[in-house]
Amino acid sequence: MRNRYNFAVVLSLIVLVCCAALILSQNVNAAGEGKITGTVKLDGAAPHMKGIDMSKDPYCSKAHANDTPHLETYVTGANGGLENVVLYISDWSGSAQTSTVVPVFDQKNCMYTPHVLAMDVGQTFKVTTSDQTAHNIHPNPNPMTGNIPWNQSQPPGAPPVEKSWKATEFIEVKCNIHPWMHGWFAVVKGPYATTDANGSYTINNVPPGSYTVTAWQEAAGTMTQKVTVAAGAAATADFTFKAK
Amino acid sequence: MRTRLQKWSLLLGATAVLALSLPSWAQLTKNDLETRMGVESHVGNITGHAKDAKADYRRYCVGCHGDLGDGNGEVATWLDPPLYPKPRDFQLGIFKCRSTPTGTLPTDQDLFDTIARGLDRSSMPQWSTFTKQQRADLVAWVKHFSPRWTNEKPGTPIQIPPEPEVTAERIKAGRDVFARVQCWKCHGVQGQANGPSAPTLQDDLGRPIAPFNFTDGTRPKCGDTDQDIYRIFMTGLDGTPMPSFADNIKPDEAWDLVFYLRTFMAQKSKEKEMAKQLALKPVDPNAPVAQQ
Repeated sequence: MRNRYNFAVVLSLIVLVCCAALILSQNVNAAGEGKITGTVKLDGAAPHMKGIDMSKDPYCSKAHANDTPHLETYVTGANGGLENVVLYISDWSGSAQTSTVVPVFDQKNCMYTPHVLAMDVGQTFKVTTSDQTAHNIHPNPNPMTGNIPWNQSQPPGAPPVEKSWKATEFIEVKCNIHPWMHGWFAVVKGPYATTDANGSYTINNVPPGSYTVTAWQEAAGTMTQKVTVAAGAAATADFTFKAK
Repeated sequence: MRTRLQKWSLLLGATAVLALSLPSWAQLTKNDLETRMGVESHVGNITGHAKDAKADYRRYCVGCHGDLGDGNGEVATWLDPPLYPKPRDFQLGIFKCRSTPTGTLPTDQDLFDTIARGLDRSSMPQWSTFTKQQRADLVAWVKHFSPRWTNEKPGTPIQIPPEPEVTAERIKAGRDVFARVQCWKCHGVQGQANGPSAPTLQDDLGRPIAPFNFTDGTRPKCGDTDQDIYRIFMTGLDGTPMPSFADNIKPDEAWDLVFYLRTFMAQKSKEKEMAKQLALKPVDPNAPVAQQ
């Protein structure tokens, strides 16, 4: 019996010391933050994305008189670079970021710009409309996570809607008036980045340490990689997704 | 031998604890619900108790709403939306008929009113045969299905200013609101539920759903007083495509819109008479868009 108590005491001491070390190291190193950068690609040819017929709303079809809008499940750029992939630190143990940046989700030409909007838990974001047709902005999270669904109209000239989310979740966003409109709110904890048209990304403000970087793509799923960030330096994590 | 046994039981115990904690927001079980029997509701000066509604729920509600309140009762399979909407999933805590803003829990009074009123054009009848106490108990029972009632408070009911006098000016102004916020996209220019977006509408669970047809003599699901209609478009019907217009329609304009919507309805009304005299034409979907 006594042995077991000794073991428990030693174990809790180790845990406490580790915690203290972790907290201290984060405080000490806050000044020399590094970053994680890389490229996300799609293996092979991108799946065919269906064209969207917007003839139901003349405003929308007129806005695309000179181009054909397509679904955006996979958007690839030069050399197979994959756009709209969200990268974040899935084992982030620090607090939510105190970023003052307000990410903006715009309804433009009856599409969502950007298609995927990443944000931190609790970070305020804005939904705006640039269109001269009515939209309703209708995210559909799982209310059991603490994120509660809502549904607001945005007729032409409507003021922005400002909101935030309570929990990490990948939330689908829809417009019921224009059923082809489909986007995502990617709510993560800690620093994040979204890939650009070439599939490149940079997660800034990462304190030195070892992390698991997760790449999330709406259809292909997630991939993870371990990286070690040194003070003031950039760690690299490249990903290659297979289309599903 | 004994230590090996202990090791195994420890391992098993640890696995069990892990396994239990993992699906914490997965489907509820009857055991979870038993722990929430103490839920109360407060309607006027009546206090409802979940535990007292057990028998009524089993007798009158369970067939559609299901043992776990998830809307998967035996009968629910045979309800075919959009003509016969499915019962809602009480576990999600999302309700159409609320006096509170979109994305918030309804008040106890809201749920009480829904039970008494029933939902027109659905399989939910009026339960006016229940006493007020029974209804209040059932409200508490409905609440006990969702953990949201322990973690959140109901929203603050929206303020509805006193109803002004109906005038021809107000009806015309209501027509402008109808055109500006583009109600016709779903409800049609004459309120006949035949707008361009009507055929593709789905509820939050991906089931087909129809917009309200103002002209066929049926009543709006969340009540048919002027106050009810005001509330419907200023709070939205959560779980459905109907959004909240609270940010885009001012309280005074909202009354104008209520009066204009009345002109579509089959029932006789002052508004209908006035619209006839005004010879109001339906809004033109191709007209240039009015700004706020």
